[in-house]
Amino acid sequence: MSAFLVLSTPALSRPFIFAAQPLLKKLGSVPKLAQVTPASQLEVRPAPEMVSSGIAALDGLTGGWPRGCVGEIFGPVSSGRTGVVLAALARSTQSGEVCALVDAGDTLDPASAAAAGVDLGKLLWVRCGKAVLSARGKQMDCRNGDELDIAAERRRWELRLEQVLKVTDLLLQSNGFGMIVLDLGDIPVRNARQIPLASWFRFRRAIERTPTVLLVVEQQPIAGSCSSVLVKVSGKKLSAVSSHLSGNRPTHTELLDKTEITAELLRSRLERKPPQSAVSFASRAKWAG
Amino acid sequence: MFACIYIPDFPAEAIIRFDPELRTRCVAVLAGRPPLEKVIALNDKARQSGVEIGATRAQLEAWGELVLRTRSQAQEDSAHAALLDCAQSFSPEIEDTAENTALLNLAGLEPLFGPVSKIARDLAHRISKMELEANVAVASNPDAALLAARGFSGVTLIAEGHEAERLGDLPVDVLLESFASDAQEAARWLETLDRWGIRKLRALASLPEVPLSERLGQQGIRLQKLARGAITRNLRSFEPPLVFAECVQLEDPIVLLEPLAFLLNRMLEQVCVRLGARALAAQELRLQLELEPCAQGRKFDVPAADDQHGHVRFTRTLRLPVPMLDVKMFLKLLQLDLQAHPPGAPIVKIYISAEPARPRATQSGLFLPPFPEPEKLELTLARIAGIVGEGRVGSAELLDTHRAGAFEVRRFAPAQPETKSATRKKNGGVPKDDNTRQVEENPQATMSAVLALRVFRPPLRAVLTMREGKPVRLRCLQREDIAGEIVWTAGPWRSSGDWSEQEGWSREEWDIAMPAEDGFVLYRVVQDKLQGKWFVEGTYD
Repeated sequence: MSAFLVLSTPALSRPFIFAAQPLLKKLGSVPKLAQVTPASQLEVRPAPEMVSSGIAALDGLTGGWPRGCVGEIFGPVSSGRTGVVLAALARSTQSGEVCALVDAGDTLDPASAAAAGVDLGKLLWVRCGKAVLSARGKQMDCRNGDELDIAAERRRWELRLEQVLKVTDLLLQSNGFGMIVLDLGDIPVRNARQIPLASWFRFRRAIERTPTVLLVVEQQPIAGSCSSVLVKVSGKKLSAVSSHLSGNRPTHTELLDKTEITAELLRSRLERKPPQSAVSFASRAKWAG
Repeated sequence: MFACIYIPDFPAEAIIRFDPELRTRCVAVLAGRPPLEKVIALNDKARQSGVEIGATRAQLEAWGELVLRTRSQAQEDSAHAALLDCAQSFSPEIEDTAENTALLNLAGLEPLFGPVSKIARDLAHRISKMELEANVAVASNPDAALLAARGFSGVTLIAEGHEAERLGDLPVDVLLESFASDAQEAARWLETLDRWGIRKLRALASLPEVPLSERLGQQGIRLQKLARGAITRNLRSFEPPLVFAECVQLEDPIVLLEPLAFLLNRMLEQVCVRLGARALAAQELRLQLELEPCAQGRKFDVPAADDQHGHVRFTRTLRLPVPMLDVKMFLKLLQLDLQAHPPGAPIVKIYISAEPARPRATQSGLFLPPFPEPEKLELTLARIAGIVGEGRVGSAELLDTHRAGAFEVRRFAPAQPETKSATRKKNGGVPKDDNTRQVEENPQATMSAVLALRVFRPPLRAVLTMREGKPVRLRCLQREDIAGEIVWTAGPWRSSGDWSEQEGWSREEWDIAMPAEDGFVLYRVVQDKLQGKWFVEGTYD
């Protein structure tokens, strides 16, 4: 390959043409630059070990969740995100791993987690938001609970996000967790997007050579290129549901049991090619057994 | 063979032990009722600079370089305990001879620790790690070892049969200080021997026995035998209690946590050295701070009690998940705990004690799942608690009640994974617990998602419009986005409980669906029957 560099100097407007080879040799003799590995010689990273997601259909789609990587699950409220996450946590804790859930909105229902099969004794639950609860109480008092102060609400979520990031850093540094879940499912998208991309790169770097799976639950994807697997979860459409329900007053079973969840694989940086881009599976109510 | 550890200038050493920087300065220790305090102990530097035992505070106050400290019984007790721990770490048979002296029986220790000379050097090294400067002597009988340790500085070895020759150089004062029943008797003996012109033990040892017996009686003969190093006796065995505590009485009260951390570090170092010497670790750390009488109206948010002097005792206890022996870890944990629960008044006395336990011995398996190191995890949990608040990090435990959402957050202490052989041994041939067996034998058994509830804490106030006994419209007072027509409902489910308690409850639950942009949202709405108010408790997700 014949490569040339074209340089121009202020003194001489006429371009100077050098052959690249002598210049590269010269650069190579600089000690610092000599240590730089060319991209062509970079070590190929081995394929990560996969952990079962706890849902057979999802395992068929993604192959599970990759260890040492960031995975994202996003979807709207009532789409089944929490159920998917709890299934993964149940699988990991039952196999003896210690997991952590950083709960930004303090929304975990331990009874639901236990019903999903999560071994609560092996799940470290971090409930963010203590410092902001009192602030919120004051806010409610002065407004008599009638309207929301947008600025205060935004600040409240910012404080929670700060806690989430600090806690996640600590958990990643302490090593030994099989799975760490960041539950940002209730954080407004506008606030969630304020998490700097540098934080996601830091998280990805921290777990790169560890057996930890970092799962992020959110309403919209926020980790950008740092996530290795991006799954969109959606529930049944209203029109589809209405046709299955008996009249205007469905039974509890009809409303909550066997709700169909669709998982769509939007991005996978892994070499494995999925047989299809989306799968559907039914969720069960916690009392359904 | 017997060894003796002797700490000269013990009251001064006990004080210098917690402030090693004083070792390079002149230190005098005072005791007595103010203002008539007198010097009772000195370090070598102070002695060389001309300070004498018995000098008063008034005489010494103009002495610029001299550091004057008040005698501390608590610190002397700690130093004495450290001395015994050091002796016990080498030999099971020790004698608690005096607060500054311990004797050890070295019989049978050579195969374990090497030759006697090495044991003596190791003893000196270990006691110096406890920040105490001591003399160590080894001899064929306890009293000869005791005399040598009191008379010669550093490490002294006396071969069997050479006791009289080596001890002969010592002044008679050493013998009388060691073996006279009290100071008056020692002074009387010294005066007699001085009149005879006997100043060294060699002279006393060479006196003819019969005339000596005629003049001084049996006590004289005993002293002569001691001077020759010829009395053999058994040790009065003593087993020191397993109490690992350090105490510092402060000259000036401490207000800030930073200077407190320096002192805590030194004390923890000493506790850990002592525990290490006995091959033990700490299972629990207890910090007790004595505070100056607090200001009126001051309230402690942690256990505190007044003592008889009006001082307030502030106690914090750290229960460790596994036995540990790491000074840095202990210090960091205490710092985080004190940051979360500051004492709130100047500190005048610090007391740290450790509950001893056998150190953790683990065999990690190649195929065991990843598990955080308990020591590191404890520190991480303490740091996280500092960020999100205490009681907001841990593992959830469901309570045995019908009350909805009843749970407790417990301290996070997951059981360590065990190797297959260990599990099999423990279960008597049944290798796995139910969950693991279920997962491994039937991987499809739990392979589905559960529709989980996401709880709003606290529940959101709402207004629910009912028509013909069922909800038709919901408006949340705290969130504008939760409002609209209800398209489906399921319910009601009524429950109540704890009628006999003050905190009785009665509720009516509805599961409702409301249309949303991407489909529908399922909510759980609850009416508190006692208050008559409606709340949105959470969403199904």
